[in-house]
Amino acid sequence: MKIVYKKVLSDTKEARIVELRFESSTIASSVEPGQFILLMASACGERVPLTVVDSDPKKGILTIIFQEIGYSTKLLGSLETGDLLYSVVGPLGHATPIENYGKILIVGGGVGIAEILPIVRAFKEGGNHITTILGAKTKDHMILQDEIGQYSDELILTTDDGGLGEKGFVSGPLAKILEKDSDFGLVYCVGPVPMMKVVSNVTKPYNIKTIVCLNAIMLDGTGMCGSCRLTEDGKIKFCCVDGPDFDGHLVDFDELMQRQKRFLKEEAQALRKLHECKLKAQIKE
Amino acid sequence: MKEKGHITKISLDERKTTFKEVSCGFTESEAIKEARRCLGCKAAPCSKGCPADIDVRAFIGLIAEKDYQGAIDKIKENNALPGVCGRVCPQEEQCQLTCILNKKGDPIQIGYLERFAADWELEQTIDQRPETKDNKPKTEDQKFKIAVVGAGPAGIACAADLVKQGYDVHLFEALHKPGGVLVYGIPEFRLPKNIVDKEMEYVQSLGVKYHPNFIVGRTKTIDGLRSEGFRAFFIGVGAGLPRFLNIPGENLNGVYSANEFLTRVNLMKAYRFPEYDTPISIGKRVGVFGGGNVAFDCVRCALRLGAKHVSIVYRRTRDEMPARNEEIENAEEEGIDFEILVAPKEVLSDDQGNVKGVVCIKNELGEPDSSGRRRPVPIEGSEFVLDIDTVIVAVGTSANPLLISTVKGLELNKWGYIATDEKCQTSASDIFAGGDIVSGSATVISAIQQAKLAAKSIKEYLQSAS
Repeated sequence: MKIVYKKVLSDTKEARIVELRFESSTIASSVEPGQFILLMASACGERVPLTVVDSDPKKGILTIIFQEIGYSTKLLGSLETGDLLYSVVGPLGHATPIENYGKILIVGGGVGIAEILPIVRAFKEGGNHITTILGAKTKDHMILQDEIGQYSDELILTTDDGGLGEKGFVSGPLAKILEKDSDFGLVYCVGPVPMMKVVSNVTKPYNIKTIVCLNAIMLDGTGMCGSCRLTEDGKIKFCCVDGPDFDGHLVDFDELMQRQKRFLKEEAQALRKLHECKLKAQIKE
Repeated sequence: MKEKGHITKISLDERKTTFKEVSCGFTESEAIKEARRCLGCKAAPCSKGCPADIDVRAFIGLIAEKDYQGAIDKIKENNALPGVCGRVCPQEEQCQLTCILNKKGDPIQIGYLERFAADWELEQTIDQRPETKDNKPKTEDQKFKIAVVGAGPAGIACAADLVKQGYDVHLFEALHKPGGVLVYGIPEFRLPKNIVDKEMEYVQSLGVKYHPNFIVGRTKTIDGLRSEGFRAFFIGVGAGLPRFLNIPGENLNGVYSANEFLTRVNLMKAYRFPEYDTPISIGKRVGVFGGGNVAFDCVRCALRLGAKHVSIVYRRTRDEMPARNEEIENAEEEGIDFEILVAPKEVLSDDQGNVKGVVCIKNELGEPDSSGRRRPVPIEGSEFVLDIDTVIVAVGTSANPLLISTVKGLELNKWGYIATDEKCQTSASDIFAGGDIVSGSATVISAIQQAKLAAKSIKEYLQSAS
């Protein structure tokens, strides 16, 4: 599983957003929009779930995009073209069902915007009229607006500071659109959990079907461990095998946010030990 | 009467703080001493007690004659995982139960002799091993490709038996390492992972083609593999899905399923965090709900991870615990506490969403239930709060639908496991199955037993098809 391409999409002082393409012919020929892989950067690594952003079945190449937010994503981001990944398994999770809903709204935030790309393309090919809202912290944090824009009938950008597009969060333009016209068959949303919660709350009074794509903390990714369990409609679901798409009006977002904090202490400990040279030695091992 | 061979364990201090293997097994002289105690009964009741049909009397005789290579070869005629089985089989219910010396309460320690032979061989260099390849021309049916799904004990055993019959066998594993429950479930201190690795190397040396990171049903479907020329399938994917207690507070931070806890610790080596990247977060006071071998693996791991106080919380009494007596004794020696006749009702949260205790109720034993064990009956008004900050739920598993939901025409039983006939054949004629995905949670050796039977049936099936 050799890395064949690397590009830094966003380089801000908090965390870079990196695109990697690597060889994985079997998965590239079977993956569908919305599905993910589990990837280990090294033999000592964590099993990290990442949405497949793009695939080229002819060349057998997969594309992933991630933010270097924790230890394992920083490790992954330190890899270069030509390096080998220790393991990649997938495709996992249910593909997003692509139907013609007529008009749909797609909302992406932060690095979640990357996961929007295969979805917006598939829905466009499925004949939908698409309004897309993308939100980022600043202009420098915004990614893929051109790529996503080409599949969107309307594209609205927001930034927290107003440096690009409208000032504020994605919920602002979303609420305005729905006030004028709530005739949408679907709202699809990927981003930070608090954002998905807010978006689901905005759409709920209009009773518009709202799908959120969740990324709970996973381990095996095959339904064996229950690390990624969450509550939908009062029932325990596993993000890996029941998801990753869930009904935004039925998910217990507060519980999910709580469970995302399970290993914060250990994550901080791992980051402390992070030294670039050690990483390189580990990967070459 | 001849003197018994003696087994030593590492020191209690080491046991409480490291993941080193607890039992040291037999030294050569102790193994010989033990093997020479065998009466060599003509009827060999020991062999009849072995689910894998090992010729027990013969291999013990070879150890007594110091022919260790002969002994391990004899075992491997029937069992590809001797180092594993010598350690984790419940011999006291099998070969050692039927041993004639058991009548006097002192059966031959057959498990430890099997382990001795296996470990002896692993210490030899590879090139001293006998050549196992044969170059006989293939018969028509041997040209067929067979897919074995899941590289746990069942899959490994089935693949080994089929490759020995000359078939082209491909072994598919969803995880990045082979072994299934042997690597993600059973801890290092009971079964060192290098034993699993080496026995898997042996199976590959027989010619089995191994494909890790391959989820049959997702990476490729059974239908996809059929179109690539696979003519028979063995499904040995394990039981999979963890059961929870269905009580309030179960999704709080600090509640693990046994599968998650053990997978983090064993497969991902979280006990060596941060050298390994996968974390485990464990509190000072740990309660493990359950009374089986898995529950005991959890308490003993939790202790070694540094928890100050670790308990088994079980709704019946020690007598009803399904765990092996040896494991219960090990846990007692290591200072594990037992909360018996106790059932959980609610997990309590602190203001950060972490576990701060579990409301429990006391039980008494009533009439026997369908399992023959006396049923726990809650004592009204006996609720109390168990002071723990980490909960591990080890109350069994149910069928994982990941693969079986993608196969058309596969009949399931009422528990959701794969339905098979007495030959391990499923309702789809080219698909056979064995292990926990058929029986529900059971032992390593019963999975091997079914897998060996399935291998025979697959051979018959392919011969009749060719």
